[in-house]
Amino acid sequence: MTDATTPPAQGFWAAFWSLANPGRFMVYSARWLPWLWLLTGLTMAYGLYKGLFVAPADYQQGESMRIMYIHVPAAWLGMFVYATMTVSALGTLVWRHPLADVSQKAAAPVGAGFTVICLVTGSFWGKPTWGTWWEWDARMTSVLVLLLIYLGIIALWRAIDEPLRAARAVAIMTLVGAINLPIIKFSVDWWNTLHQPASVFKKGGPSIHPDMLEPLLVMGIAFSLLFAAIHIVRMQAEIIDRRADRLAQRAASRED
Amino acid sequence: MIAALRAVLARELTLARRIGAGVELGIVFFLILISVTPFALGPDQKLLSRLAPALLWLSALLATLLGLDRLLQADEEDGVIDEMMMSAAPLELVLATKALAHWLVTGLPLAVLAPLLGLMLAISPDAMLPLALSLLVGTPALTFIGLVGAGLTVSLRRGGLLLSVLILPLTVPTLIFGVAVVREAAAGQPFATPLTLLGAITLIITVVSPFAAAAALRMTRG
Repeated sequence: MTDATTPPAQGFWAAFWSLANPGRFMVYSARWLPWLWLLTGLTMAYGLYKGLFVAPADYQQGESMRIMYIHVPAAWLGMFVYATMTVSALGTLVWRHPLADVSQKAAAPVGAGFTVICLVTGSFWGKPTWGTWWEWDARMTSVLVLLLIYLGIIALWRAIDEPLRAARAVAIMTLVGAINLPIIKFSVDWWNTLHQPASVFKKGGPSIHPDMLEPLLVMGIAFSLLFAAIHIVRMQAEIIDRRADRLAQRAASRED
Repeated sequence: MIAALRAVLARELTLARRIGAGVELGIVFFLILISVTPFALGPDQKLLSRLAPALLWLSALLATLLGLDRLLQADEEDGVIDEMMMSAAPLELVLATKALAHWLVTGLPLAVLAPLLGLMLAISPDAMLPLALSLLVGTPALTFIGLVGAGLTVSLRRGGLLLSVLILPLTVPTLIFGVAVVREAAAGQPFATPLTLLGAITLIITVVSPFAAAAALRMTRG
């Protein structure tokens, strides 16, 4: 993580490379973070209020369907975080962006966390609706496999000591996972389907009432903001951690 | 280049035989695995025949995993990987050849032996050939997925467990379609769809995995 020489570029790429300097990233992120947290809190409060108190209960599933406002955004984020990690992996391997591996290391446990939230809330939802805590249904199984891949990636991070080598190994694993995830999704769908089909992103518009859709989308945005905030905090922590490591090493070598 | 790859293949097979991981031992391993199963499940023929495809596919998975952590590690330790990197043949193809050798002593014997093992597990005669076919088509995918894991964990002292954790989730599609072929065949249904999908997965993985594994090995050299 040496300071990158910033190539002369305009617009997006200029910003992309100017943030490549960890020091500059720390300054900017420290400035924006409180506002990001505030926005996250407001969006989440609004979404939860609309979802838990204003939106009507489902005519079949009753009040239990309100779990959806946590469950579905968590599922979205579980996938979105993996997409973020894939982009970071490309950043590590292709552009050698100094913050890419920091971003990826910071994202993996958060993604795993969202996946766990999705599975646990799904289990709570499944009990009154399907009468079972766990069912080997296609989408649940896909999310479970996604969680296992997250756990494998985290284990790989921990197993390799040297941060730069760990970053590249994890980047390769993340890309292999990204190629495999659609195949896994497809094959598991083919294998078994009980889950209610996706009702927001599909042809001919969402099959969900607008009163329920609005809080759901707001919660989706709130979860994304939450991820952004946690992600930045974890990135800052990782950068500080590496600096501390370097200082400790330097101090140790001086004593010799 | 072809000569070099042929030499790699011959070397791998000789090594496998000399360190006690040859074809014969692989066959004995499968035989023991299938013989132990009825003790765990009870000698119920109906139950066994229902579980047979799953059992054979799990055996394939186990056999693939067993030697995998040493697949590249032994060569890494004595410097053979460095030699391979400097050779005229691309590292990707050398690794693919190594994976092929690994498959020849694990996947292939299982596929050939499958009808006999199927007989022991009372699988229906209609499903016998599809069973062997599915293993023949699908087990290369397992080996090649394993190659990526072996590349990533090559420098780790105790990489075996991590290797399994990394690659087992990726074997889900292979397992699904492999077992589906046998299940459809046993039910008297046409099984071309799962079989072709299984073939597609094997082809994709065979292409992608040597590149990923080679990238992983180059990475350990900074």
